[in-house]
Amino acid sequence: MTRTLREVPKYVYLTLVALVSVAPLYFMAVSATNSTQDVLASRMWPGSHLLENWQTLTSQQDVGAAMYHSTVNAVLTTVLALVVSSIAGYGFEVYHSPNKDRLMWVLMLAMMIPFAATMIPLFQLFADFGMVNSSFAVVLPVIATPLLILMFRQSARSFPHEIIEAARMDGLREFSIFWRMFVPTMRPTYAAAAVITFMAAWNNFLWPKVILVKSTVQTMPMLISNFSAGYVIDYGALMLAVLIASLPTIVIFFVLQRSFVAGFTGVVK
Amino acid sequence: MSTMTPVVVPDRAPKKNRNAPKAKMSKDARRRSLTGWMFLIPAAALIGIMMFWPMLQALILSMKTGKGANLNFADPLWYNYERILHDDIFKLTVTNTLLYLVIQVPIMLISALLLANILNNPRLKLKGMWRTAIFLPAAISLVSYSLVFRTIFSTDGLVNDWLMALHLVDGPVNWLGQPNTARLVIILGLLWRWTGYNMIFYLAGLQNIDPTTLEAAKMDGAGPIRTFFSVTVPQLKPMIVLTVIMSINGTLQMFDESYNLTLGGPANTSMTMSHYLYKISFQNNPNFGYGAAVSYVILIMVAVLAAIQMKVGDKRD
Repeated sequence: MTRTLREVPKYVYLTLVALVSVAPLYFMAVSATNSTQDVLASRMWPGSHLLENWQTLTSQQDVGAAMYHSTVNAVLTTVLALVVSSIAGYGFEVYHSPNKDRLMWVLMLAMMIPFAATMIPLFQLFADFGMVNSSFAVVLPVIATPLLILMFRQSARSFPHEIIEAARMDGLREFSIFWRMFVPTMRPTYAAAAVITFMAAWNNFLWPKVILVKSTVQTMPMLISNFSAGYVIDYGALMLAVLIASLPTIVIFFVLQRSFVAGFTGVVK
Repeated sequence: MSTMTPVVVPDRAPKKNRNAPKAKMSKDARRRSLTGWMFLIPAAALIGIMMFWPMLQALILSMKTGKGANLNFADPLWYNYERILHDDIFKLTVTNTLLYLVIQVPIMLISALLLANILNNPRLKLKGMWRTAIFLPAAISLVSYSLVFRTIFSTDGLVNDWLMALHLVDGPVNWLGQPNTARLVIILGLLWRWTGYNMIFYLAGLQNIDPTTLEAAKMDGAGPIRTFFSVTVPQLKPMIVLTVIMSINGTLQMFDESYNLTLGGPANTSMTMSHYLYKISFQNNPNFGYGAAVSYVILIMVAVLAAIQMKVGDKRD
Protein backbone atom coordinates (compact mmCIF):
# COMPACT_ATOMS: atom_id res chain seq x y z
CA MET A 1 0.00 0.00 0.00
CA THR A 2 2.69 2.50 0.96
CA ARG A 3 4.61 1.44 -2.12
CA THR A 4 1.61 2.28 -4.33
CA LEU A 5 1.24 5.65 -2.61
CA ARG A 6 4.89 6.44 -3.08
CA GLU A 7 4.52 5.74 -6.79
CA VAL A 8 1.72 8.26 -7.31
CA PRO A 9 4.01 11.26 -8.01
CA LYS A 10 5.84 9.18 -10.61
CA TYR A 11 2.64 8.46 -12.52
CA VAL A 12 1.48 12.07 -12.22
CA TYR A 13 4.81 13.20 -13.67
CA LEU A 14 4.66 10.67 -16.51
CA THR A 15 1.08 11.68 -17.31
CA LEU A 16 2.07 15.34 -17.48
CA VAL A 17 5.05 14.67 -19.75
CA ALA A 18 3.00 12.39 -21.99
CA LEU A 19 0.19 14.96 -22.26
CA VAL A 20 2.61 17.77 -23.11
CA SER A 21 4.23 15.51 -25.73
CA VAL A 22 0.98 14.55 -27.41
CA ALA A 23 -1.07 17.76 -27.01
CA PRO A 24 0.52 19.83 -29.82
CA LEU A 25 0.15 16.88 -32.22
CA TYR A 26 -3.47 16.36 -31.18
CA PHE A 27 -4.13 20.07 -31.64
CA MET A 28 -2.53 19.93 -35.10
CA ALA A 29 -4.75 17.00 -36.10
CA VAL A 30 -8.04 18.52 -34.90
CA SER A 31 -7.16 21.97 -36.24
CA ALA A 32 -6.85 20.49 -39.71
CA THR A 33 -10.64 20.08 -39.58
CA ASN A 34 -11.36 23.51 -38.07
CA SER A 35 -11.66 27.03 -39.47
CA THR A 36 -9.04 29.66 -38.64
CA GLN A 37 -11.43 31.27 -36.13
CA ASP A 38 -11.88 27.92 -34.38
CA VAL A 39 -8.13 27.28 -34.33
CA LEU A 40 -7.50 30.67 -32.75
CA ALA A 41 -10.34 30.06 -30.30
CA SER A 42 -8.41 26.90 -29.31
CA ARG A 43 -11.20 24.49 -30.22
CA MET A 44 -9.99 21.08 -29.04
CA TRP A 45 -12.34 18.76 -30.93
CA PRO A 46 -12.75 17.93 -34.63
CA GLY A 47 -14.82 20.30 -36.76
CA SER A 48 -16.40 20.25 -40.18
CA HIS A 49 -14.02 22.46 -42.19
CA LEU A 50 -11.72 19.77 -43.53
CA LEU A 51 -12.91 20.14 -47.15
CA GLU A 52 -12.79 23.92 -46.96
CA ASN A 53 -9.22 23.80 -45.62
CA TRP A 54 -8.26 21.38 -48.37
CA GLN A 55 -9.66 23.75 -51.00
CA THR A 56 -7.88 26.76 -49.50
CA LEU A 57 -4.62 24.81 -49.39
CA THR A 58 -4.80 23.37 -52.92
CA SER A 59 -5.86 26.69 -54.43
CA GLN A 60 -2.51 28.12 -53.35
CA GLN A 61 -0.16 25.13 -53.37
CA ASP A 62 0.25 22.03 -55.52
CA VAL A 63 0.17 19.42 -52.74
CA GLY A 64 0.21 16.46 -55.14
CA ALA A 65 3.39 17.63 -56.84
CA ALA A 66 5.13 18.28 -53.52
CA MET A 67 4.14 14.85 -52.18
CA TYR A 68 5.44 13.29 -55.40
CA HIS A 69 8.80 15.12 -55.21
CA SER A 70 9.20 14.37 -51.51
CA THR A 71 8.50 10.69 -52.16
CA VAL A 72 10.90 10.44 -55.13
CA ASN A 73 13.69 12.21 -53.22
CA ALA A 74 13.21 10.21 -50.03
CA VAL A 75 12.94 6.82 -51.75
CA LEU A 76 15.92 7.52 -54.01
CA THR A 77 17.98 8.64 -51.01
CA THR A 78 17.01 5.58 -48.97
CA VAL A 79 17.75 3.01 -51.70
CA LEU A 80 21.07 4.52 -52.75
CA ALA A 81 22.20 5.22 -49.17
CA LEU A 82 21.50 1.65 -48.09
CA VAL A 83 23.35 0.13 -51.04
CA VAL A 84 26.40 2.41 -50.90
CA SER A 85 26.76 2.52 -47.11
CA SER A 86 26.15 -1.17 -46.47
CA ILE A 87 28.69 -2.27 -49.09
CA ALA A 88 31.22 0.11 -47.55
CA GLY A 89 30.48 -0.95 -43.98
CA TYR A 90 30.80 -4.61 -44.97
CA GLY A 91 34.01 -3.89 -46.88
CA PHE A 92 35.62 -2.07 -43.97
CA GLU A 93 34.93 -4.97 -41.63
CA VAL A 94 35.43 -8.07 -43.77
CA TYR A 95 38.47 -6.89 -45.77
CA HIS A 96 39.86 -5.08 -42.76
CA SER A 97 43.46 -3.80 -43.24
CA PRO A 98 45.50 -1.01 -41.65
CA ASN A 99 45.04 1.24 -44.69
CA LYS A 100 41.32 0.67 -44.78
CA ASP A 101 41.14 1.47 -41.06
CA ARG A 102 42.90 4.74 -41.75
CA LEU A 103 40.41 5.55 -44.49
CA MET A 104 37.54 4.72 -42.13
CA TRP A 105 38.98 7.11 -39.58
CA VAL A 106 39.15 9.88 -42.19
CA LEU A 107 35.56 9.23 -43.26
CA MET A 108 34.44 9.38 -39.62
CA LEU A 109 35.96 12.85 -39.44
CA ALA A 110 33.37 13.92 -42.01
CA MET A 111 30.75 13.53 -39.27
CA MET A 112 32.21 16.66 -37.71
CA ILE A 113 31.78 18.80 -40.84
CA PRO A 114 28.71 20.96 -40.33
CA PHE A 115 26.45 21.10 -43.38
CA ALA A 116 26.67 24.89 -43.25
CA ALA A 117 30.35 24.72 -44.20
CA THR A 118 29.73 22.79 -47.43
CA MET A 119 26.43 24.28 -48.52
CA ILE A 120 27.68 27.13 -50.73
CA PRO A 121 30.34 25.16 -52.68
CA LEU A 122 27.86 22.27 -53.10
CA PHE A 123 25.38 24.69 -54.62
CA GLN A 124 28.08 26.01 -56.97
CA LEU A 125 29.14 22.46 -57.88
CA PHE A 126 25.62 21.41 -58.89
CA ALA A 127 25.00 24.75 -60.61
CA ASP A 128 28.14 24.15 -62.73
CA PHE A 129 26.70 20.81 -63.86
CA GLY A 130 23.28 22.34 -64.55
CA MET A 131 21.74 20.18 -61.82
CA VAL A 132 19.89 22.87 -59.86
CA ASN A 133 16.26 21.73 -59.33
CA SER A 134 17.13 18.06 -60.00
CA SER A 135 16.43 15.20 -57.60
CA PHE A 136 19.99 13.93 -57.97
CA ALA A 137 21.30 17.21 -56.58
CA VAL A 138 19.03 16.73 -53.56
CA VAL A 139 20.10 13.13 -53.08
CA LEU A 140 23.83 12.93 -53.87
CA PRO A 141 25.16 14.80 -50.80
CA VAL A 142 23.21 12.58 -48.38
CA ILE A 143 23.81 9.09 -49.83
CA ALA A 144 27.09 8.21 -48.14
CA THR A 145 26.78 9.06 -44.46
CA PRO A 146 29.52 8.09 -42.00
CA LEU A 147 26.89 7.11 -39.45
CA LEU A 148 25.28 4.51 -41.74
CA ILE A 149 28.68 3.11 -42.71
CA LEU A 150 29.50 2.78 -39.02
CA MET A 151 26.18 1.07 -38.40
CA PHE A 152 26.75 -1.51 -41.14
CA ARG A 153 30.32 -2.08 -40.05
CA GLN A 154 29.03 -2.89 -36.57
CA SER A 155 26.54 -5.37 -37.98
CA ALA A 156 29.19 -6.94 -40.23
CA ARG A 157 31.20 -7.48 -37.06
CA SER A 158 28.52 -9.84 -35.75
CA PHE A 159 28.37 -11.68 -39.09
CA PRO A 160 30.21 -15.00 -38.59
CA HIS A 161 33.43 -15.27 -40.56
CA GLU A 162 32.90 -19.02 -40.87
CA ILE A 163 29.98 -18.35 -43.21
CA ILE A 164 32.22 -16.26 -45.46
CA GLU A 165 34.97 -18.88 -45.46
CA ALA A 166 32.47 -21.65 -46.19
CA ALA A 167 30.93 -19.67 -49.03
CA ARG A 168 34.38 -19.06 -50.51
CA MET A 169 35.02 -22.78 -50.32
CA ASP A 170 31.85 -23.33 -52.28
CA GLY A 171 33.28 -21.06 -54.96
CA LEU A 172 31.00 -18.08 -54.36
CA ARG A 173 32.42 -14.79 -55.62
CA GLU A 174 33.09 -12.04 -53.05
CA PHE A 175 30.20 -9.85 -54.20
CA SER A 176 27.82 -12.83 -54.18
CA ILE A 177 28.78 -13.53 -50.59
CA PHE A 178 27.78 -9.99 -49.68
CA TRP A 179 24.62 -10.05 -51.75
CA ARG A 180 23.36 -13.58 -51.04
CA MET A 181 24.64 -14.17 -47.50
CA PHE A 182 25.10 -10.83 -45.75
CA VAL A 183 22.11 -8.85 -47.06
CA PRO A 184 19.43 -11.46 -46.22
CA THR A 185 20.93 -12.14 -42.77
CA MET A 186 21.09 -8.48 -41.85
CA ARG A 187 17.51 -7.64 -42.77
CA PRO A 188 16.80 -6.02 -39.34
CA THR A 189 19.78 -3.68 -39.73
CA TYR A 190 18.58 -2.73 -43.21
CA ALA A 191 15.07 -2.07 -41.90
CA ALA A 192 16.39 0.18 -39.16
CA ALA A 193 18.73 2.02 -41.52
CA ALA A 194 15.90 2.45 -44.03
CA VAL A 195 13.60 3.98 -41.44
CA ILE A 196 16.22 6.44 -40.19
CA THR A 197 17.32 7.43 -43.69
CA PHE A 198 13.80 7.79 -45.06
CA MET A 199 12.68 9.97 -42.17
CA ALA A 200 15.74 12.20 -42.37
CA ALA A 201 15.36 12.51 -46.15
CA TRP A 202 11.64 13.22 -45.97
CA ASN A 203 12.15 15.90 -43.32
CA ASN A 204 15.27 17.50 -44.80
CA PHE A 205 14.69 21.20 -45.31
CA LEU A 206 17.77 23.40 -45.65
CA TRP A 207 19.52 21.65 -48.56
CA PRO A 208 16.38 21.09 -50.68
CA LYS A 209 15.50 24.73 -50.03
CA VAL A 210 18.90 25.82 -51.34
CA ILE A 211 19.08 23.57 -54.40
CA LEU A 212 15.40 23.40 -55.46
CA VAL A 213 14.82 26.91 -56.72
CA LYS A 214 11.71 26.32 -58.85
CA SER A 215 8.52 26.09 -56.78
CA THR A 216 7.23 23.32 -59.07
CA VAL A 217 9.82 20.88 -57.68
CA GLN A 218 9.45 21.85 -54.01
CA THR A 219 9.13 19.19 -51.29
CA MET A 220 6.50 18.99 -48.55
CA PRO A 221 8.55 20.73 -45.82
CA MET A 222 9.22 23.54 -48.31
CA LEU A 223 5.54 23.68 -49.21
CA ILE A 224 4.35 24.10 -45.63
CA SER A 225 7.08 26.62 -44.94
CA ASN A 226 6.10 28.67 -48.01
CA PHE A 227 2.41 28.35 -47.23
CA SER A 228 3.01 29.77 -43.75
CA ALA A 229 4.95 32.72 -45.14
CA GLY A 230 1.90 34.54 -46.52
CA TYR A 231 0.69 37.80 -44.96
CA VAL A 232 -2.62 36.30 -43.88
CA ILE A 233 -2.22 32.80 -42.52
CA ASP A 234 -5.15 30.42 -42.77
CA TYR A 235 -4.36 28.38 -39.67
CA GLY A 236 -6.84 25.60 -40.43
CA ALA A 237 -5.39 25.03 -43.89
CA LEU A 238 -1.84 25.35 -42.52
CA MET A 239 -2.45 22.66 -39.89
CA LEU A 240 -3.94 20.43 -42.59
CA ALA A 241 -0.80 20.92 -44.69
CA VAL A 242 1.41 20.15 -41.68
CA LEU A 243 -0.66 17.03 -40.96
CA ILE A 244 -0.30 15.80 -44.56
CA ALA A 245 3.44 16.48 -44.52
CA SER A 246 3.81 14.55 -41.26
CA LEU A 247 1.56 11.57 -42.02
CA PRO A 248 4.14 9.42 -43.87
CA THR A 249 6.71 9.67 -41.09
CA ILE A 250 4.10 9.18 -38.35
CA VAL A 251 2.77 6.06 -40.08
CA ILE A 252 6.29 4.69 -40.52
CA PHE A 253 6.97 5.48 -36.89
CA PHE A 254 3.98 3.45 -35.68
CA VAL A 255 4.47 0.54 -38.06
CA LEU A 256 8.21 0.20 -37.59
CA GLN A 257 8.62 1.60 -34.08
CA ARG A 258 10.77 -1.32 -32.98
CA SER A 259 13.33 -1.18 -35.75
CA PHE A 260 13.32 2.61 -35.51
CA VAL A 261 14.44 2.39 -31.88
CA ALA A 262 16.85 -0.46 -32.62
CA GLY A 263 18.38 1.54 -35.47
CA PHE A 264 18.91 4.64 -33.40
CA THR A 265 20.71 2.72 -30.73
CA GLY A 266 22.42 0.02 -32.80
CA VAL A 267 25.37 2.22 -33.64
CA VAL A 268 26.56 2.48 -30.07
CA LYS A 269 26.43 -1.15 -29.01
CA MET B 1 33.09 -0.24 -29.59
CA SER B 2 34.19 -3.83 -29.18
CA THR B 3 37.40 -4.94 -30.78
CA MET B 4 37.57 -7.49 -33.54
CA THR B 5 37.44 -10.98 -32.08
CA PRO B 6 39.86 -13.50 -33.56
CA VAL B 7 38.19 -15.96 -35.85
CA VAL B 8 39.09 -19.62 -35.95
CA VAL B 9 40.08 -20.28 -39.54
CA PRO B 10 39.56 -23.82 -40.85
CA ASP B 11 42.81 -25.55 -41.84
CA ARG B 12 42.04 -25.81 -45.51
CA ALA B 13 41.44 -22.11 -45.92
CA PRO B 14 44.34 -19.78 -46.69
CA LYS B 15 45.62 -18.25 -43.46
CA LYS B 16 44.54 -14.69 -42.90
CA ASN B 17 47.42 -12.56 -41.67
CA ARG B 18 46.57 -8.91 -41.56
CA ASN B 19 50.04 -7.57 -40.90
CA ALA B 20 51.84 -9.63 -43.49
CA PRO B 21 53.75 -7.57 -46.04
CA LYS B 22 52.16 -7.28 -49.46
CA ALA B 23 54.76 -9.37 -51.26
CA LYS B 24 53.93 -12.39 -49.16
CA MET B 25 50.20 -12.11 -49.83
CA SER B 26 48.75 -15.01 -51.74
CA LYS B 27 47.04 -14.37 -55.04
CA ASP B 28 43.68 -14.93 -53.38
CA ALA B 29 44.40 -12.52 -50.58
CA ARG B 30 45.53 -9.83 -52.98
CA ARG B 31 42.44 -10.25 -55.10
CA ARG B 32 40.32 -10.08 -51.98
CA SER B 33 42.01 -6.93 -50.74
CA LEU B 34 41.30 -5.37 -54.13
CA THR B 35 37.65 -6.42 -53.91
CA GLY B 36 37.57 -4.82 -50.48
CA TRP B 37 38.74 -1.53 -51.93
CA MET B 38 36.13 -1.77 -54.67
CA PHE B 39 33.48 -2.07 -51.95
CA LEU B 40 34.71 1.11 -50.27
CA ILE B 41 35.25 3.30 -53.30
CA PRO B 42 31.66 4.51 -53.96
CA ALA B 43 31.12 5.66 -50.37
CA ALA B 44 34.62 7.10 -49.98
CA ALA B 45 34.36 8.97 -53.29
CA LEU B 46 30.96 10.39 -52.41
CA ILE B 47 32.09 11.55 -48.97
CA GLY B 48 35.21 13.03 -50.53
CA ILE B 49 33.36 14.90 -53.29
CA MET B 50 30.29 15.88 -51.28
CA MET B 51 31.93 16.76 -47.96
CA PHE B 52 35.71 17.19 -47.94
CA TRP B 53 36.04 18.84 -51.35
CA PRO B 54 33.32 21.46 -50.66
CA MET B 55 34.90 22.10 -47.27
CA LEU B 56 38.18 23.01 -48.98
CA GLN B 57 36.33 25.02 -51.62
CA ALA B 58 34.60 26.98 -48.87
CA LEU B 59 37.99 27.89 -47.41
CA ILE B 60 39.17 29.27 -50.75
CA LEU B 61 35.84 30.98 -51.31
CA SER B 62 36.03 32.63 -47.91
CA MET B 63 39.03 34.61 -49.19
CA LYS B 64 37.14 35.99 -52.18
CA THR B 65 34.77 38.90 -52.65
CA GLY B 66 32.42 39.97 -55.40
CA LYS B 67 28.88 39.58 -56.65
CA GLY B 68 27.35 36.39 -58.04
CA ALA B 69 29.78 34.33 -60.11
CA ASN B 70 32.18 37.27 -60.39
CA LEU B 71 34.49 36.45 -57.51
CA ASN B 72 38.08 37.59 -57.04
CA PHE B 73 40.59 37.13 -54.27
CA ALA B 74 40.13 39.80 -51.64
CA ASP B 75 42.83 42.18 -50.60
CA PRO B 76 43.84 41.42 -47.90
CA LEU B 77 42.91 37.73 -48.12
CA TRP B 78 41.36 37.78 -44.63
CA TYR B 79 39.09 40.70 -45.57
CA ASN B 80 35.89 38.67 -45.01
CA TYR B 81 37.10 37.44 -41.65
CA GLU B 82 37.89 40.99 -40.61
CA ARG B 83 34.38 41.96 -41.63
CA ILE B 84 32.98 39.23 -39.36
CA LEU B 85 34.65 40.89 -36.37
CA HIS B 86 32.54 44.00 -37.01
CA ASP B 87 29.35 42.14 -37.89
CA ASP B 88 26.99 42.78 -34.99
CA ILE B 89 24.21 40.62 -36.43
CA PHE B 90 26.54 37.63 -36.72
CA LYS B 91 27.70 38.16 -33.15
CA LEU B 92 24.06 38.28 -32.07
CA THR B 93 23.33 35.00 -33.86
CA VAL B 94 26.38 33.39 -32.20
CA THR B 95 25.11 34.55 -28.82
CA ASN B 96 21.60 33.23 -29.58
CA THR B 97 22.91 29.86 -30.71
CA LEU B 98 25.18 29.45 -27.68
CA LEU B 99 22.32 30.53 -25.41
CA TYR B 100 20.11 27.78 -26.86
CA LEU B 101 22.95 25.32 -26.42
CA VAL B 102 23.79 26.19 -22.82
CA ILE B 103 20.19 26.32 -21.59
CA GLN B 104 18.47 23.64 -23.62
CA VAL B 105 21.02 20.79 -23.86
CA PRO B 106 21.54 20.23 -20.10
CA ILE B 107 17.81 20.47 -19.25
CA MET B 108 16.93 18.12 -22.09
CA LEU B 109 19.56 15.49 -21.32
CA ILE B 110 18.85 15.45 -17.57
CA SER B 111 15.08 15.10 -18.17
CA ALA B 112 15.74 12.37 -20.74
CA LEU B 113 17.92 10.52 -18.24
CA LEU B 114 15.31 10.80 -15.47
CA LEU B 115 12.50 9.67 -17.77
CA ALA B 116 14.56 6.73 -19.02
CA ASN B 117 15.30 5.73 -15.44
CA ILE B 118 11.59 5.81 -14.54
CA LEU B 119 10.61 3.88 -17.68
CA ASN B 120 13.28 1.25 -17.05
CA ASN B 121 11.61 0.16 -13.81
CA PRO B 122 10.30 -3.38 -14.46
CA ARG B 123 7.30 -2.78 -12.17
CA LEU B 124 6.11 0.27 -14.13
CA LYS B 125 2.65 -0.12 -15.63
CA LEU B 126 1.72 0.87 -19.22
CA LYS B 127 5.40 1.14 -20.11
CA GLY B 128 4.85 0.93 -23.88
CA MET B 129 2.25 3.68 -23.81
CA TRP B 130 4.47 6.11 -21.90
CA ARG B 131 7.41 5.39 -24.18
CA THR B 132 5.41 5.86 -27.37
CA ALA B 133 3.79 9.08 -26.16
CA ILE B 134 7.06 10.65 -25.04
CA PHE B 135 8.94 9.55 -28.16
CA LEU B 136 6.17 10.60 -30.56
CA PRO B 137 7.40 14.20 -31.10
CA ALA B 138 10.52 12.73 -32.74
CA ALA B 139 8.33 11.34 -35.54
CA ILE B 140 7.45 14.71 -37.06
CA SER B 141 9.68 17.03 -39.01
CA LEU B 142 11.37 20.11 -37.61
CA VAL B 143 9.49 22.35 -40.03
CA SER B 144 6.16 20.76 -39.05
CA TYR B 145 6.58 21.17 -35.32
CA SER B 146 7.97 24.69 -35.80
CA LEU B 147 4.76 25.71 -37.56
CA VAL B 148 2.59 24.00 -34.93
CA PHE B 149 4.48 25.86 -32.20
CA ARG B 150 4.17 29.11 -34.14
CA THR B 151 0.41 28.57 -34.23
CA ILE B 152 -0.06 27.68 -30.56
CA PHE B 153 2.26 30.48 -29.39
CA SER B 154 0.69 33.17 -31.57
CA THR B 155 -0.85 36.09 -29.66
CA ASP B 156 -4.37 34.68 -29.90
CA GLY B 157 -3.16 31.07 -29.84
CA LEU B 158 -3.72 28.06 -27.62
CA VAL B 159 -1.05 28.80 -25.00
CA ASN B 160 -2.32 32.31 -24.27
CA ASP B 161 -5.92 31.06 -24.13
CA TRP B 162 -5.02 28.43 -21.57
CA LEU B 163 -2.82 30.71 -19.49
CA MET B 164 -5.60 33.28 -19.39
CA ALA B 165 -8.21 30.65 -18.54
CA LEU B 166 -6.00 29.58 -15.62
CA HIS B 167 -5.56 33.26 -14.66
CA LEU B 168 -1.78 32.92 -14.87
CA VAL B 169 -1.55 36.00 -17.11
CA ASP B 170 -3.90 38.99 -17.35
CA GLY B 171 -3.68 39.62 -21.08
CA PRO B 172 -2.23 37.74 -24.06
CA VAL B 173 1.57 37.51 -24.12
CA ASN B 174 3.21 38.45 -27.41
CA TRP B 175 5.47 35.38 -27.30
CA LEU B 176 7.06 35.74 -30.72
CA GLY B 177 7.24 39.53 -30.64
CA GLN B 178 9.70 39.98 -27.78
CA PRO B 179 13.33 38.83 -27.83
CA ASN B 180 13.41 36.78 -24.64
CA THR B 181 10.02 35.13 -25.01
CA ALA B 182 10.82 34.30 -28.66
CA ARG B 183 14.04 32.61 -27.53
CA LEU B 184 12.10 30.83 -24.78
CA VAL B 185 9.63 29.45 -27.32
CA ILE B 186 12.52 28.08 -29.40
CA ILE B 187 14.00 26.42 -26.31
CA LEU B 188 10.63 24.97 -25.34
CA GLY B 189 10.23 23.67 -28.90
CA LEU B 190 13.64 22.01 -28.84
CA LEU B 191 12.90 20.41 -25.47
CA TRP B 192 9.56 19.12 -26.73
CA ARG B 193 11.02 17.69 -29.94
CA TRP B 194 14.22 16.09 -28.65
CA THR B 195 13.76 14.93 -25.03
CA GLY B 196 11.99 11.70 -25.98
CA TYR B 197 14.50 11.07 -28.73
CA ASN B 198 17.40 11.17 -26.28
CA MET B 199 15.44 9.16 -23.75
CA ILE B 200 15.40 6.25 -26.22
CA PHE B 201 19.22 6.21 -26.27
CA TYR B 202 19.36 6.11 -22.48
CA LEU B 203 16.70 3.37 -22.33
CA ALA B 204 18.82 1.24 -24.65
CA GLY B 205 21.88 1.98 -22.52
CA LEU B 206 20.05 1.07 -19.32
CA GLN B 207 19.10 -2.31 -20.77
CA ASN B 208 22.77 -3.14 -21.14
CA ILE B 209 23.51 -2.44 -17.48
CA ASP B 210 24.31 -5.52 -15.46
CA PRO B 211 21.45 -5.85 -12.90
CA THR B 212 23.77 -7.47 -10.37
CA THR B 213 25.63 -4.16 -9.98
CA LEU B 214 22.36 -2.51 -8.96
CA GLU B 215 21.59 -5.31 -6.52
CA ALA B 216 25.06 -5.05 -5.04
CA ALA B 217 24.54 -1.32 -4.46
CA LYS B 218 21.22 -2.05 -2.78
CA MET B 219 22.84 -4.64 -0.51
CA ASP B 220 25.51 -2.16 0.42
CA GLY B 221 22.72 0.09 1.66
CA ALA B 222 22.72 2.69 -1.11
CA GLY B 223 19.40 4.49 -1.67
CA PRO B 224 17.84 4.87 -5.12
CA ILE B 225 19.38 8.33 -5.69
CA ARG B 226 22.84 7.23 -4.61
CA THR B 227 22.54 4.10 -6.78
CA PHE B 228 21.49 6.19 -9.76
CA PHE B 229 24.47 8.54 -9.56
CA SER B 230 27.15 6.08 -8.44
CA VAL B 231 26.16 2.95 -10.36
CA THR B 232 23.82 3.79 -13.24
CA VAL B 233 25.28 7.05 -14.56
CA PRO B 234 28.91 5.83 -14.80
CA GLN B 235 27.79 2.77 -16.80
CA LEU B 236 25.76 4.98 -19.14
CA LYS B 237 28.74 7.17 -19.89
CA PRO B 238 29.28 6.13 -23.54
CA MET B 239 25.62 6.85 -24.27
CA ILE B 240 25.78 10.17 -22.44
CA VAL B 241 28.86 11.22 -24.43
CA LEU B 242 27.14 10.27 -27.67
CA THR B 243 23.96 12.22 -26.88
CA VAL B 244 25.98 15.25 -25.75
CA ILE B 245 27.95 15.28 -29.03
CA MET B 246 24.80 14.86 -31.12
CA SER B 247 22.95 17.57 -29.21
CA ILE B 248 25.80 20.07 -29.41
CA ASN B 249 26.26 19.41 -33.12
CA GLY B 250 22.54 19.66 -33.79
CA THR B 251 22.05 22.87 -31.82
CA LEU B 252 25.05 24.60 -33.41
CA GLN B 253 23.63 23.81 -36.86
CA MET B 254 20.02 24.64 -36.04
CA PHE B 255 18.14 26.22 -38.95
CA ASP B 256 14.55 25.00 -39.38
CA GLU B 257 13.20 26.34 -36.07
CA SER B 258 14.77 29.76 -36.42
CA TYR B 259 13.54 30.06 -40.01
CA ASN B 260 9.97 28.78 -39.49
CA LEU B 261 9.06 29.30 -35.84
CA THR B 262 10.28 32.81 -35.03
CA LEU B 263 11.51 33.85 -38.50
CA GLY B 264 14.66 34.85 -36.64
CA GLY B 265 12.83 37.78 -35.11
CA PRO B 266 12.05 40.10 -33.60
CA ALA B 267 14.94 42.06 -35.15
CA ASN B 268 17.24 39.00 -35.44
CA THR B 269 17.16 38.40 -31.68
CA SER B 270 16.25 34.72 -32.01
CA MET B 271 18.16 33.99 -35.23
CA THR B 272 20.67 31.13 -35.31
CA MET B 273 24.05 31.12 -37.08
CA SER B 274 22.88 28.80 -39.87
CA HIS B 275 19.82 30.95 -40.50
CA TYR B 276 22.03 34.02 -40.82
CA LEU B 277 24.37 32.13 -43.13
CA TYR B 278 21.42 31.16 -45.33
CA LYS B 279 20.26 34.76 -45.38
CA ILE B 280 23.58 36.26 -46.48
CA SER B 281 24.27 33.44 -48.97
CA PHE B 282 20.93 32.89 -50.67
CA GLN B 283 18.60 35.81 -49.93
CA ASN B 284 18.50 39.48 -51.03
CA ASN B 285 22.07 40.22 -52.17
CA PRO B 286 23.83 36.87 -52.00
CA ASN B 287 27.49 37.13 -51.03
CA PHE B 288 29.14 33.73 -51.37
CA GLY B 289 32.57 34.90 -50.22
CA TYR B 290 31.33 36.39 -46.99
CA GLY B 291 28.95 33.48 -46.49
CA ALA B 292 31.86 31.02 -46.83
CA ALA B 293 33.83 32.94 -44.20
CA VAL B 294 30.86 32.81 -41.80
CA SER B 295 30.48 29.08 -42.53
CA TYR B 296 34.13 28.56 -41.60
CA VAL B 297 33.61 30.20 -38.25
CA ILE B 298 30.74 27.77 -37.66
CA LEU B 299 32.96 24.88 -38.79
CA ILE B 300 35.68 25.86 -36.34
CA MET B 301 33.20 26.20 -33.48
CA VAL B 302 31.76 22.75 -34.17
CA ALA B 303 35.24 21.22 -34.52
CA VAL B 304 36.54 22.75 -31.28
CA LEU B 305 33.50 21.69 -29.27
CA ALA B 306 33.63 18.21 -30.82
CA ALA B 307 37.33 17.88 -29.99
CA ILE B 308 36.68 18.88 -26.38
CA GLN B 309 33.85 16.35 -26.21
CA MET B 310 36.04 13.57 -27.62
CA LYS B 311 38.76 14.36 -25.10
CA VAL B 312 36.36 14.37 -22.17
CA GLY B 313 34.53 11.28 -23.40
CA ASP B 314 37.71 9.34 -24.06
CA LYS B 315 39.04 9.65 -20.53
CA ARG B 316 38.93 6.30 -18.83
CA ASP B 317 38.59 6.43 -15.10
